[in-house]
Amino acid sequence: MNRIQTNRIKDKAFQYFGVFCTFFGLAMLAVFVLDVLRKGIHRIDWDFISNLPSRFPEKAGIFTALMGTCWILILTAIIAIPIGVAAGIYLEEYGKRNRFAAILEINITNLAGIPSIIYGLLGLEIFVRIAGLGQSVLAGALTLSLLVLPIIIVSTRESIRAVPRSLREASLALGASKWQTIWNQVLPAGGGGILTGVILALSRAVGEAAPLIVVGALAYVPFAPSTPLDEFSVLPIQIYNWVSRPQQGFVTNSAAAIIILLIVTFLMNGIAIYFRSRWQKKVKW
Amino acid sequence: MSQKLEAKNVNVFYDQTHVIKNVNLSVKANSVAAFIGPSGCGKSTFLRLYNRMNDLIEGFRKEGEVLLDGKDIYAKDLRVEDLRKKVGMVFQKPNPFPKSIYENVIYGLRIRGVNNKKLLDETVERSLRQAALWEEVKDNLKKSALALSGGQQQRLCIARAIATEPSVLLMDEPASALDPISSSKIEELIYELKTQYTIIIVTHNMQQAGRVSDTTAFFYLGELVEYDTTKKIFMNPSDVRTQDYITGRFG
Repeated sequence: MNRIQTNRIKDKAFQYFGVFCTFFGLAMLAVFVLDVLRKGIHRIDWDFISNLPSRFPEKAGIFTALMGTCWILILTAIIAIPIGVAAGIYLEEYGKRNRFAAILEINITNLAGIPSIIYGLLGLEIFVRIAGLGQSVLAGALTLSLLVLPIIIVSTRESIRAVPRSLREASLALGASKWQTIWNQVLPAGGGGILTGVILALSRAVGEAAPLIVVGALAYVPFAPSTPLDEFSVLPIQIYNWVSRPQQGFVTNSAAAIIILLIVTFLMNGIAIYFRSRWQKKVKW
Repeated sequence: MSQKLEAKNVNVFYDQTHVIKNVNLSVKANSVAAFIGPSGCGKSTFLRLYNRMNDLIEGFRKEGEVLLDGKDIYAKDLRVEDLRKKVGMVFQKPNPFPKSIYENVIYGLRIRGVNNKKLLDETVERSLRQAALWEEVKDNLKKSALALSGGQQQRLCIARAIATEPSVLLMDEPASALDPISSSKIEELIYELKTQYTIIIVTHNMQQAGRVSDTTAFFYLGELVEYDTTKKIFMNPSDVRTQDYITGRFG
């Protein structure tokens, strides 16, 4: 066998390996989704969504958990978006390029990789105990805000870094202040990317269970929270709780709740993609 | 005629690099001055001193004085936003905002809080007429500026720069990214505009400098080699380097 033939075989071999790797991940996901659908889809009806938790699997619903997830989602958005976007703008537009900035940048990237349970412990100490918020929705949302801040900061920075210099110069040369330039030109031009980052960060927050368990979200909450200081549960915790029960009925319930959670996250990702493509059509240079 | 812009013993450094070396240069009101010289000679840097765009670059440091109407534009009590209202700028590459033609022209007014619809409409028409673009776009003012051709975009950028009624217009190779027809339109425009504005144009195109300017400055390696009437520079330069450059022996 000569050299060219060997190279061709290697080439082919790698190609097939690549195809296999691509489909392996997708196949696993498909199997999981199909399995969950098979087990849980018949359980989903209006009662399942609107019922409160119960000892009886047929009567139990996800209403409190779903409401808890909505509360967490909204509060986390209110807390994390302004702080994260503002921090991203500061670092990119105002921060000087020096050693301190480099260290800051590395650490923010590192923060994005810290296990979420560590954030849970931090939240437990700071928000639940020191700030005295107790095991409330607000404490949970604050904890998740910490968790997703690095994602929002990094995506904000990347989006506004992609805005061409010529656009900023045009604005500044007309006598706009730095803030006017950021507000009128940089943010609209980078908005699509920022929005995508924000939505992906929030869908991460929606799927988290570990930090909220540490903070004190409960598996059994008889009522949906009506103020930010109420106790709460969220979908991932409800799922976790049901999965660990022996009765078959609860396993079915958890499959159904997983479907609902998947719909919520797919929906959010879909919205992110929609906004990104719309924004890209609107803003060109 | 009075001196509109004056530079006295100006030196510019980027960190340790000495990019403008002791330049003295005055530009008369309502005249066109062309800055020529090989790439990297400091002519664009010098141009950007007049509206303080160099301030944005980290490591920038200036010595000496730059005066507009006899006043130091680097004075502590002067607001750079006010300066840039008086000294407009047109860039090498057309850089309209991704907004409508109308919004592009009035951007300079909007950021100053002008919301009077009648005044804005008048400004749009006046500026676009002055920039010789009105007839082409008057029915499509709501259309995106990005849908215009390159030459139209550059004229829109000129309209945008003159909408705030500056007295000085800086142009950094305004026609270098354009086709010959658009380029000659811009040149005609410069000729028209000098009745109202003092114009400084940086260019690599010798013929263009010869056609549009009253005075020409030749920069080389950060020094102002020669500054005189355009006629003198092109017909009878006193420095051999100027002679070599304009006849195309280097550059």
